[in-house]
Amino acid sequence: MAWTREDMAMRAAKELKDGFYVNLGIGIPTMVANYIPEGVNLILQSENGMLGTGPFPYEGEADPDVINAGKQTVTELPETSYCSSAESFGMIRGGHINMAILGAMQVAANGDLANWMVPGKMVKGPGGAMDLVAGVRRVVVVMEHCEKTGASKLVTECSLPLTGANVVDMVITELGVFDLARGTHAPVLLELAPGVTVEEITAKTQFAFTVALT
Amino acid sequence: MVDKARARAEEALDGLLFDGMSIMAGGFGICGVPEHLIAVIRDSGVRNLTVISNNCGVDGAALGLLLETGQVAKAISSYVGENKLFAEQYLTGKIEIEFNPQGTLAERIRAGGAGIPAFYTRTGVGTPLAQGKEERTFNGERFIMETGLVADLSLVKAWKGDHEGNLVYRKTARNFNPMMATAGKATVAELEHLVETGTLGPDNVHTPGIFVDRVVESHAYPKRIEKLYTRPRPETAGAA
Repeated sequence: MAWTREDMAMRAAKELKDGFYVNLGIGIPTMVANYIPEGVNLILQSENGMLGTGPFPYEGEADPDVINAGKQTVTELPETSYCSSAESFGMIRGGHINMAILGAMQVAANGDLANWMVPGKMVKGPGGAMDLVAGVRRVVVVMEHCEKTGASKLVTECSLPLTGANVVDMVITELGVFDLARGTHAPVLLELAPGVTVEEITAKTQFAFTVALT
Repeated sequence: MVDKARARAEEALDGLLFDGMSIMAGGFGICGVPEHLIAVIRDSGVRNLTVISNNCGVDGAALGLLLETGQVAKAISSYVGENKLFAEQYLTGKIEIEFNPQGTLAERIRAGGAGIPAFYTRTGVGTPLAQGKEERTFNGERFIMETGLVADLSLVKAWKGDHEGNLVYRKTARNFNPMMATAGKATVAELEHLVETGTLGPDNVHTPGIFVDRVVESHAYPKRIEKLYTRPRPETAGAA
């Protein structure tokens, strides 16, 4: 039985370490905040200029001037600070953020990531994704293993335009976990979801990988 | 000290608008947007504008107002996903878009305002947005050159400001406003509160008045929320 979205978020949360400053993308990555392991204290960064992003406000207490990078209303914590977008991306580009967890359309064996445009479709723009993958120290991708068509999203080479080259450290899908190490070595399969076999994940993965189950 | 305060938004932009000009507008989504000043630009009828803003507003608000009237020829933005009208004008070729990574956009504006013509960044290396840009290697890593950005006019939104143009922003409504305040040939700030000079506290000023030419207090709030998310109170949850 493959992992659910919640399971995937829970697995990604295990990568978080005490004292980390973390940027979470939209979708499953946002859910990671619900599964922060006990004893791990971290500070969430929102690239629109909020460090120390708290939970959604109680009903009736939303402040239009307190939003996260997904434009959702959030709240302050005692440790919260605000800054300009330039300073916020200085944190990102300058390597001060320990980890980014984000979604993707394709990830290649060499750590290339594509998640911002599909040729022929309306392009919404890269937002902060290119800055995050280029600047954050460790980049973890959480995504579905295959497209709805059945095509693998773990590819030998990205066919979609890149968001970043050699930027992905780890990929978590509903089938398992791969170490990509930004392309410094061939992909390694580290974990399988319960009930998933090496044969099944191999059949659904375009890139070649070695197996070192932990 | 020159009094930079103007009584009305129309006065604050008087003489500053012309066809074909470039305009920076602060804001992230509709948070921290100088909405009343944008409405004046709409009403002025100036056309063929290049707008520089992280987003292009939403339908019917912020820079979305200038899309409705067809006044925008080009946008320099990082993300325009929340605007159907923009999508329509872009797909039919009515509007040109130059996408910038969000951090690159912020830094280009910061650089422009600080007199820095260009800088190098890792962001975008190996992507379509690196095309045509100079690439250099520093310490074994690849970087691309991005240029500083200035505009004919910068519109910013501040929480409080005084008659000298010193500004204080509020929470995440700060976003792109501080850099944009520095990068306009003229800068006009829309304030929630115009306060007496000397009451902000010199240590609290986010944008020193030298960057600001005119300020205007705008009434008619409350502010809109783009995506309202809440959670139930613990006692409510317990009773349920």
